[in-house]
Amino acid sequence: MVPLWMYLLVAAALFCIGTYGVLSRRNAVAILMSVELMLTAVNINLIAFWRYLAPDNMAGQAFAAFVFVVAAAEAAVGLAIIIAVYRSRRSVIVEDVNLLKG
Amino acid sequence: MDLNLLLTDKNWLPWLIPVGPLLAFFIITLVTNRSRLVPATSHDYSGDGQHPAYPGLGVPVVTPAGRVISIIVGMSGIVMAWLISLRVVGNAFSIEDFGKKVMESAVTWLSTGTTTFEMGVLVDPLTTIMLIMVPLACTMIFIYAIGYAAHDPRQARFFALISLFAGAMLTLVVADNLLLLFVGWEVMGLCSYLLIGFWYEKPSAYKAAQKAFMTTRVADVIMLLGIVYLYASTGTLSFRDIVYNQEVLDALANTPAIIFGGISAASLIGVFLIIGTIGKSAQFPMHVWLPDAMEGPTPVSAMIHAAAMVSAGIYAIIRMYPLLEAGAHPHSGEFNAPLMLMAVVGSVTALFAATIAVAQNDVKKVLAYSTISQLGFMVAALGIGAYVAATFHLITHAFFKALLFMASGAVIHGMEHGHHHVAHAHGHGHDDHAHDHHDEHDVVHDHDEHGHPIAVAENQHGHGHAPAPAKQMVVASQMPGAFDPQDMMNMGGLSKTMPVTWITFLIGGLSLAGFPLITAGFWSKDEILLDGWVGLSEGFGPHALVFICLALAAFMTAFYTARQLSLTFLGEPRTPAAKHANLGMGAVSATMTLPLIILSVFAIFAGFVGVHPDFPLIGGLFSPNREIPFKEFLGGTLLVKPELVPFSIIAPLASFAVALGGLALGFWMYARKPLKAGQPDPMVAILGPVYPVLKNKYYFDELYTTVIVKPLQWFSREVAYVFLDKGVIDGFLHLTGRVFTWLGDIIKMLNMWLIDGVGDGVPELIQRFGGYFRRIQTGSVQQYMLIIALAALVIGIIFALSSGVLQASP
Amino acid sequence: MLELNPQSIAFFIFAAFTIGGGLGVATSRNLIHGALYLILSLFGGAGLFILLSAPFLAAAQILVYIGAIAILIIFAVMLTRSMTRLGEVYNRQWWLSALVGVGFFVLLVIGVILPVFGNLDPNAAPLDVGTTMDLGIALVDGNQFVLPFEVASVLLTAALIGAIVIARDRD
Repeated sequence: MVPLWMYLLVAAALFCIGTYGVLSRRNAVAILMSVELMLTAVNINLIAFWRYLAPDNMAGQAFAAFVFVVAAAEAAVGLAIIIAVYRSRRSVIVEDVNLLKG
Repeated sequence: MDLNLLLTDKNWLPWLIPVGPLLAFFIITLVTNRSRLVPATSHDYSGDGQHPAYPGLGVPVVTPAGRVISIIVGMSGIVMAWLISLRVVGNAFSIEDFGKKVMESAVTWLSTGTTTFEMGVLVDPLTTIMLIMVPLACTMIFIYAIGYAAHDPRQARFFALISLFAGAMLTLVVADNLLLLFVGWEVMGLCSYLLIGFWYEKPSAYKAAQKAFMTTRVADVIMLLGIVYLYASTGTLSFRDIVYNQEVLDALANTPAIIFGGISAASLIGVFLIIGTIGKSAQFPMHVWLPDAMEGPTPVSAMIHAAAMVSAGIYAIIRMYPLLEAGAHPHSGEFNAPLMLMAVVGSVTALFAATIAVAQNDVKKVLAYSTISQLGFMVAALGIGAYVAATFHLITHAFFKALLFMASGAVIHGMEHGHHHVAHAHGHGHDDHAHDHHDEHDVVHDHDEHGHPIAVAENQHGHGHAPAPAKQMVVASQMPGAFDPQDMMNMGGLSKTMPVTWITFLIGGLSLAGFPLITAGFWSKDEILLDGWVGLSEGFGPHALVFICLALAAFMTAFYTARQLSLTFLGEPRTPAAKHANLGMGAVSATMTLPLIILSVFAIFAGFVGVHPDFPLIGGLFSPNREIPFKEFLGGTLLVKPELVPFSIIAPLASFAVALGGLALGFWMYARKPLKAGQPDPMVAILGPVYPVLKNKYYFDELYTTVIVKPLQWFSREVAYVFLDKGVIDGFLHLTGRVFTWLGDIIKMLNMWLIDGVGDGVPELIQRFGGYFRRIQTGSVQQYMLIIALAALVIGIIFALSSGVLQASP
Repeated sequence: MLELNPQSIAFFIFAAFTIGGGLGVATSRNLIHGALYLILSLFGGAGLFILLSAPFLAAAQILVYIGAIAILIIFAVMLTRSMTRLGEVYNRQWWLSALVGVGFFVLLVIGVILPVFGNLDPNAAPLDVGTTMDLGIALVDGNQFVLPFEVASVLLTAALIGAIVIARDRD
């Protein structure tokens, strides 16, 4: 079998790519996509650990299923917010949405 | 958890205590607080189509049904909590050897790998005592609020917030671990923010709310640090496992702290926890928020000062006292860092706040500073190991201070009535629609010397007096020198028009002043002074400091109480408003006076459970079997019951002297020849240049602005804005250039200093970076996240390096 | 060190999909392309799930992620059409972000993954694993995850209602 660390390597790479995307992209939709990458990376990690370390305890898979749920909820609400913001500001550039500015 | 257990097993019953108020909060917020925004010029308002309290503003008005139901829900919640508390207290008294055996139950809150964290409730003697005091005082405050806020358009919201406040306080009291205590603590912080800023239309109110929130937040973070450190070193936060377990205490006392070598881990944790209390209970130097908190409605002031927030701070250190004391023996003169800190901070606060209270003219501000001072008494008492005396004073103080605050609220209420009466009798006398709005204030008819139809005036202000500060704001912006119903200089002679308030205020005031033998305040203060004296006579420095400071503070307490009583109630009315001041008749005033009467009973009799058995003549009467009942009961909280402090006649003589001396001096100065209208306070002449210093609270607000706020802004501008935002993020090449520019600038600046002197250079530097501070908040969430990620990366690298995994890598 | 068999070849292909797709998402100028890369990456993830003997999650990944979320994102891209091509893809802090990303990767690999799990014998992994049926039972078992499961469904419902409320055109 493929050793565990290679899965973890893939997951780590995917997570870091996602982090990079979240921190550097200007388009809010692109940021949301990067968040999805990070969540997938988490899932790969969860399932890899489950498979190699505790395959008879279903907590690993159940956790991954809950991550799906959270991801779906996050995508739905996030995109709704993006659309609402786009409607009012004609922009999905996060730098244009700086109402938190002090 | 089996729900039946909650009702049948007495160990589970305490879970239900906070439920009522918390439930009431949610029900009111989510269901009954139905309001609609009535536009500013609606004819739903009486008369001229303006809301009397918020002219020119659209006000969300709760429907009358919603208001009544909210009051019923809120009252049911607190009364339920009170009844369950009584039941729990009853159970507690029926347990043999209470203290060794306690009522406790816990559920697993979270499992962290191999350990579990338990959340639960605990009722031991200390909790029992708090459960006698807190729900009772809260219930009184709720009853009072029915009348006090009867005309506020946001009364439902008010009941929701005080319900949450009471629920949080009860959670804190029954908590069996520091984390749950901290949860209640923080919820109360939030509630105090919301309640101090209740009249948020008024700038001073929301500023005071922010100040209170930020000040206590600083302290809370440090307290959290202490909690985390405690958990890291013991693996538990449960009170029973820590303070009722000599091994844990010894272990903590013998472990050196991770920082500040030289003191033990227990001391460091103790210092952190005490700092939390310094913030919460408004001790020097974090006292600045409490006087400003007077911007809130009066029941809130009573709640904050008596039943809840500030008591919570003291309660927390009383609860953790064995930990603070670990490794020291204050009764034999061995002190450690937390005890010294408490002794010094407490004595300084007690004395310092009392001196400020002497020069205040605002009836609530006097009480606010007096609260700070009295809390200083408790902290100082803990600092010299007077555990029982501190708890005793906490309880008696809660009763008489709640009484005083509510009585002062009644005074303000009455003054506003009088003011409206006078203003409208002159101003709107011929307003003709409104003969149909009679309310409960008909009694003022008798005083109307102008013969105008008073019903008009009644109608005009029928809705207006509760949120009067909001009105004041509007009025004050129109004309300078507007009438201030809280200024004692505007009062005088109220004893004739408001007799019930006068008697209850007098009782509360005498109790605060420690009037000998018959008031609760005397017995609790006497006990603290006795502890101090006994230590002093054995030559312990901290005891001497505490005794002298507290005796002086007690003298001043008696003095300013006499001053307040005389200025407010005695002599002749100094303004027309004072002449017409009254609470009116009917249900509103009944709900306001009933709590005053009940609390004044406690303000007298609560003291008799703590009389020293050797007290001449009456000691044996109240304390048979040579034991103080209060001490005997409370002592069960500790592993080792505190010993009876040997009686010394000096301490009660000192108490007699300071209380009677202060009262006599105060009445001599203010009651012998009562002030006439326009006459200056005799204090101004006597104190001379000291008076403005006291009046301005030793310029602490100004000091903080200059020493902390301004430099912080300067730092943020230069480092955060210029360095981070402009420097790092625009690229490091840019930065390099900037560094050289800076260097040049600094050299230039040095040059300027050498040539032009410091006076020129520093202001210029500050001005140069002026205006940049707010830009550290760029509003760019990505930038915030980047900083978080960078910090996480750095922490991760440090962790990886220190844990040694890097060396083990293949 | 690693024998070449169908399983490991499949792993490398899926891993390449996953990481390549991820890089595409993070770098593509045209967001439609980005969304397609996202689908590729998620598909690679689903393949990895199958290799890890979690077929149910692989199916859920295809159905939920690719079938629903990715399509939702494509919708969002089209609804905000004028913004799909921007002059600047990245903000000013992109180089620092790249530094953080690379730093995290290096930290994770040499700080955690290799030292802790590098020496784990791949063949020591148990052969008999929980099946989809076990997962199903675990999710509705009163002693295991039925409460989180129900809470998750409430969360999902709340999120959907919230999304409708937020995105609804009020005019």
